[in-house]
Amino acid sequence: MLSVNAIRKTFNPATPNEVRALQGVSLSLATGSFVVVIGTNGSGKSTLLNALAGTFLVDEGSIVLDGTDVTRWPEHRRAALVGRVFQNPFSGTAPNMTIAENLVLAARRGQPRGLGWALKRTARQEMRDRVSRLRLGLEDRLDNSIGSLSGGQRQALTLLMASWRRPTLLLLDEHTAALDPRSADHVIHLSEEIVSRDKLTTLMVTHSMQQASNLGDRLIMMHRGAILHDFTGAEKRRLRPPDLLARFESVRRAELLDESVAEMLRRAYV
Amino acid sequence: MTLLIGALTIGLILSLLALGVFISFRVFEFPDITADGSITLGAAVAAILLLHHVHPVIATIVACAAGAIAGMVTGLIHTRFGINKLLSGILVMTALYSTNLHIMGRSNVPLLDQRTLASLAEGVGARITGGTGDLFILDWSVALRDAAVLMTSFIAAALVGLGLYGFFRTNLGTAMQAAGDNPQMIRALGVNVENMIVLGLALSNALVALSGALLAQYQGFADVQMGIGMVVWGLASIIIGEALVGVRQLGFIITGAIMGSVLFRLLVAIALRAGLDPNDLKLVTAVFVFCALILPAFLKRLTGARQPAPR
Repeated sequence: MLSVNAIRKTFNPATPNEVRALQGVSLSLATGSFVVVIGTNGSGKSTLLNALAGTFLVDEGSIVLDGTDVTRWPEHRRAALVGRVFQNPFSGTAPNMTIAENLVLAARRGQPRGLGWALKRTARQEMRDRVSRLRLGLEDRLDNSIGSLSGGQRQALTLLMASWRRPTLLLLDEHTAALDPRSADHVIHLSEEIVSRDKLTTLMVTHSMQQASNLGDRLIMMHRGAILHDFTGAEKRRLRPPDLLARFESVRRAELLDESVAEMLRRAYV
Repeated sequence: MTLLIGALTIGLILSLLALGVFISFRVFEFPDITADGSITLGAAVAAILLLHHVHPVIATIVACAAGAIAGMVTGLIHTRFGINKLLSGILVMTALYSTNLHIMGRSNVPLLDQRTLASLAEGVGARITGGTGDLFILDWSVALRDAAVLMTSFIAAALVGLGLYGFFRTNLGTAMQAAGDNPQMIRALGVNVENMIVLGLALSNALVALSGALLAQYQGFADVQMGIGMVVWGLASIIIGEALVGVRQLGFIITGAIMGSVLFRLLVAIALRAGLDPNDLKLVTAVFVFCALILPAFLKRLTGARQPAPR
């Protein structure tokens, strides 16, 4: 379904700001699996999602999605297969356009866009039905501009838009991190609902250990641009937030050790 | 009366410019200064073709296409070579100055005895009224040619306004709007934003060139200097239009831009009549746009001081 083979990405290579964001990540996703990705800051989890979405092209390695090698495809072309929800609630919707217009844009994700009328009357009922499933009362406000909505409402709509046409791969990039706790909760419930109803293959990055332990059937922990742990099946189900925190703690300790060793060597030899 | 009709006609013709500027400035937030060059380009191409006895309709269409190409060049310079938006426009505008001189062969091309859209309109008007004498509207005597040209520019502005409104309701048009509104979002929905910018600037400059072609045929000449300050003029029209309609809805904004252009031209005609030195016209326009741009923030600060910030 999705197969990522040893991808690497270095930002600002050969400069003082060089960042080796992905250092040979390989990953294989089965159809319909819901994978949660966690990791420390700068571990490369968002970079991994962006690499899959095509925000940038990887330096090495390949990405095969649904049997098609999409490694060299630009972002807008991959959009035919990939649905995305961003961390920033303002990123996924066009603020000066109406809810209905935004949905129509999403309904043609990856399709050619010609001179046919965008807003057909017949499509409105379906819009109302699907928007009402967000349980936000937005179905009566389809002609309001997106700019008048809250972050939570916009994020719920972005989720609906990303999944309007069934995506081959759904990418959720810390999509509740910028929301207040109640909205975050609601959006997570909606995500779970949509993913399980449409059986979407999903990759979700999160900072919340609670979400990481409750959601998904597989959990990947990243560190320094590589996959550190990969939990599946019963092992994933047993994981609780304290276990995850303990794993982070051990990573941190190893890190400290690295640094102290480096320091020791520096003192000894420099 | 002649003054009023003249102002209305030029206002309507320049409303096409305003609609072009609306696409670049408002839809894409792309300060596209190419328009200063492409309005002259439209005038130059139309004038030269008319001198060679090309049918006025065809000459106007070719002028439009020339403007579209100019806009595409600006868009490509920006998107393919990563050159700053403003600079891309300045480069093309500068290049167009020489291009326009080459097209015209000299700095001014008069269209005295040529068949133009204006003379065609006059002919149609004469057939409808059954004579070539003056018309009497509300006891005012109006030259048939003036009335016919006014009607033609009204029809042109209405058609372009409707066409633009329709376009922004299509799948392509909504994608174009979204490309200006939130490029990240529309890219994630499978639209090539760079192509949209090129297409949008082509459309914008096609309208600007159309405006130039009509202006040349109405005035009876094309001049290499005629484009100077036209972007600011278009922007002034849009700002007045937005103030007039006050609603940020596409149909209203388009109508507003047309109304704004006409009103602005009327104001200018009145000011000139009242003794404004024509040499000060661009200065006054620039100052006007400056004030209009800072006014909303200024008002907000005034009212914000008096009442608690709205949620």
